[in-house]
Amino acid sequence: MSVTDARSAAAFATDRAWRLNPQVALRDESFGALAYHYGNRRLVFLKSRTLVALVSSLAEYPSADDALVAHVRDGERRVYERALARLAAAEVIDAR
Amino acid sequence: MRADAAPLPLKDRFSRGLDAPICLTWELTYACNLACVHCLSSSGRRDPGELSPLEARTVVDDLAAMQGFYVNIGGGEPMLRPDFFDLVGYAVDRGVGVKFSTNGTRITPARARRLAAMEYLDVQVSIDGATAATNDAVRGDGSFAAARRAMDNLAAAGFGAFKVSVVVTRHNVPELDALAALADSYGAQLRLTRLRPSGRGVDSWDELHPTAAQQRALYHWLSERPGILTGDSFFHLSALGEPLEGLNLCGAGRVVCLIDPVGDVYACPFVIDRQFLAGNVRDGGGFPAVWRTSALFSSLRQPQSAGACASCGSFDACRGGCMAAKFFTGLPLDGPDPECVHGHGEAALAARHERPHAALGHSRVGRDGAALPVPMPVRLRAPVRSGA
Repeated sequence: MSVTDARSAAAFATDRAWRLNPQVALRDESFGALAYHYGNRRLVFLKSRTLVALVSSLAEYPSADDALVAHVRDGERRVYERALARLAAAEVIDAR
Repeated sequence: MRADAAPLPLKDRFSRGLDAPICLTWELTYACNLACVHCLSSSGRRDPGELSPLEARTVVDDLAAMQGFYVNIGGGEPMLRPDFFDLVGYAVDRGVGVKFSTNGTRITPARARRLAAMEYLDVQVSIDGATAATNDAVRGDGSFAAARRAMDNLAAAGFGAFKVSVVVTRHNVPELDALAALADSYGAQLRLTRLRPSGRGVDSWDELHPTAAQQRALYHWLSERPGILTGDSFFHLSALGEPLEGLNLCGAGRVVCLIDPVGDVYACPFVIDRQFLAGNVRDGGGFPAVWRTSALFSSLRQPQSAGACASCGSFDACRGGCMAAKFFTGLPLDGPDPECVHGHGEAALAARHERPHAALGHSRVGRDGAALPVPMPVRLRAPVRSGA
């Protein structure tokens, strides 16, 4: 069990196309969601509803940038960009 | 889109309970071919009221519908259940991953290959010492050799990184490095858990639980090795300094619970006692109704009193420790853990009037119906270190 830990997040780039990893299932909770990765068996917490909506819809946008514009207010963009980078490092989202 | 202004810290969210558990233990049977002196569930005899294969599948269906993600299967020895492989396969096929704990006695080369071929399956082989002498004193003669054979078979079958699961005792603390090396030699992960005074542990805890000096040594050993798995077991030690890895809270009834072999649902795997019984999966509504509506779980999800610990500066770190450890040593639930690192537990233990005994148990019985004594060797000398 681990809260999203930021190991190497270098691979995450917002101009690329991303998606929720097909090996990951999301379960809605009052604070956001739990993400479970069936491959590495890690549990990750998505700590806001906005993050859940963002992650769930990544596959519908040509890039993470576009998804961020659609779901996140300008003032909060950096927070969510960092959250996506952590989720990429935890393999909750992957490049498509 | 709404702003998520100042969300409640995750720890507090968890204290109020989640829609489904994140750590569900399911003990499939009370039958066991070993008789470990610290067995949490006092296992031995199969209970005639054990869930049928069909009832067990219904539990899996409920977990899948709740998005339980995974279940920790234990016992007793779960591989003694005739439908063990069917049930595990059924769970995995429905998106409920399985991690199961075993004493290893049933992991033949053929079964190891069968396990290695399954996806979303994790195996924990239990040993309680790095040597047969230390292990067998707790788990019984021959149990160390049997566990090592199981590990050899899993490795030969290409299972990958299984887990070596160890309950930390006074006698194996000096062997922690050797245990880590043993796990490494298999490419396995070492998992350490805390000894609880539950089940047969009621009678063995006094002699087996680590000393205060060993607890401090364990805290530092774990702090230097964040890769060691602990199941969030040692959060009482977080009062010593920086918190250990994990959530560091008692998840009983909030994010943790136990389903026992007859379908009874308890707040956690370490409190098999009527006081912590929330319901039964055979009741109308099944497991989801017990999890979401039982009076016991609702009360555990309310803010809890810090009681005698309220004035302690470490309360935020340890939150008073483990409910089960307090209950089965006869301490008040809103007071210090018996192994409180500041020594408040020792004082409370000295002041207690009586301690409860585990009323529920499946230990093997003699002809007179009384539980057979479990051999508890008295150790008169320090463990012999291998290579010495």
